[in-house]
Amino acid sequence: MLTGTYRPGTSALHRAGAGRKLLGLLVFSTVLVAWRSPLTVLLCFAVLIAGYAAAGLGLRTLAAQVWSLRWIILVLLPFQWWTGGWRAAVAIAGTLVLAVAAAGLVSLTTRVSGVLEVTTRILQPARRIGIDPDRVALLLALTIRAVPVVAGTFHEVRDARRARGLERSTRALVTPLVVRTIRHADRVGDALAARGVDD
Amino acid sequence: MIRLEAVSHRYGDRAVLRDVDLSLGEDRIGVVGANGSGKSTLARLLNGLVVPSAGRVVVDGLDTDRDGARVRRKVAFVFSDPDAQIVMPTVAEDVAFSLRRHGLTRAEVTERVANTLGRYGLAGHADHPAHLLSSGQKQLLALAAVLVTEPEILVCDEPTTLLDLRNSRQVADLLAGLPQRVVLVTHDLELLRGWQRVLVMDEGRVVADGPAEQSIAHYRELMSVSRTC
Repeated sequence: MLTGTYRPGTSALHRAGAGRKLLGLLVFSTVLVAWRSPLTVLLCFAVLIAGYAAAGLGLRTLAAQVWSLRWIILVLLPFQWWTGGWRAAVAIAGTLVLAVAAAGLVSLTTRVSGVLEVTTRILQPARRIGIDPDRVALLLALTIRAVPVVAGTFHEVRDARRARGLERSTRALVTPLVVRTIRHADRVGDALAARGVDD
Repeated sequence: MIRLEAVSHRYGDRAVLRDVDLSLGEDRIGVVGANGSGKSTLARLLNGLVVPSAGRVVVDGLDTDRDGARVRRKVAFVFSDPDAQIVMPTVAEDVAFSLRRHGLTRAEVTERVANTLGRYGLAGHADHPAHLLSSGQKQLLALAAVLVTEPEILVCDEPTTLLDLRNSRQVADLLAGLPQRVVLVTHDLELLRGWQRVLVMDEGRVVADGPAEQSIAHYRELMSVSRTC
């Protein structure tokens, strides 16, 4: 969720407000957890497929959202089957997969700025206890933005380590990655100050 | 007019600027110098990112120490690494981020963002993830994101360092055509050809100050002398 994977579009889901979609996600996940059963999983799966289709996104996109769960599912499914039977296995693994896929659908159809606006609105009461909602929203945005930057740094550092023949050295990976990430954070701080964030 | 009055700056024990007095009023001002000569610190002084250890910097009558926020509304800053400057995940969102405290309606923000992206050749990328842009496009985005606020002065600290020749030329052309006053710190001497004024920095001091051709000749000579020492 909130990975900045927005796919532009004009569907009703794209046009719906971020707040409504997040509420929908909450209801969807609650139903999955509260009435955990293979039937609920099946019905929610149908709803989800309809949602992806309505947004103009195919099954391949849906699969891509949950592909990273494959190893967890591979362990979880047989374990749950063994301890609780096939119904529990399908219900638990299905709940996990469908919740992630639903969050993916919200991410794919919602601009991050929309989610940040909702976050800012929801957190307004927190001003009374000294929390600045704009700051929290900015923090979220920076976190999302940092993911591809740190991933890029990781790949560069890994290549550099390989070029030096140090493939097995953890220190040759972790030290430059941490140093470069901190230096990047420093530069981002400067850039934010230059753009008047603290003003 | 930007004025630096007896400005010195230190990072800990290290003096990076020593007693600099300058009046900067030209539309196009370049700053060159070896690594560590103090040119980036000089640039950062101009929009209050750094306040001097001694002396003062005044931008159109505003002291960068006392009126930092107002100075930053006048003076925009672009860094060499656009990845550090792009805050939001998509192109349009990042440009809009600069306008969040300008009291504009959503429609006005949308219009200004669209116009700015169109002006800098990014209209087709509005909803694209910023991290998927090329290096040149990222630097254009970094420029668009600060220019959307319509600053009076633009300070760029080595904006072409990470760019290939074609992208570097594109940024150079863009800078040349801007209505804003521009202060450009660079190692790329080609970028400064024809500029009204170029400062040469060495060991925290301005050692040459004049039209581009004259200053660049001085800088080349300085570098060849220091290489033979």
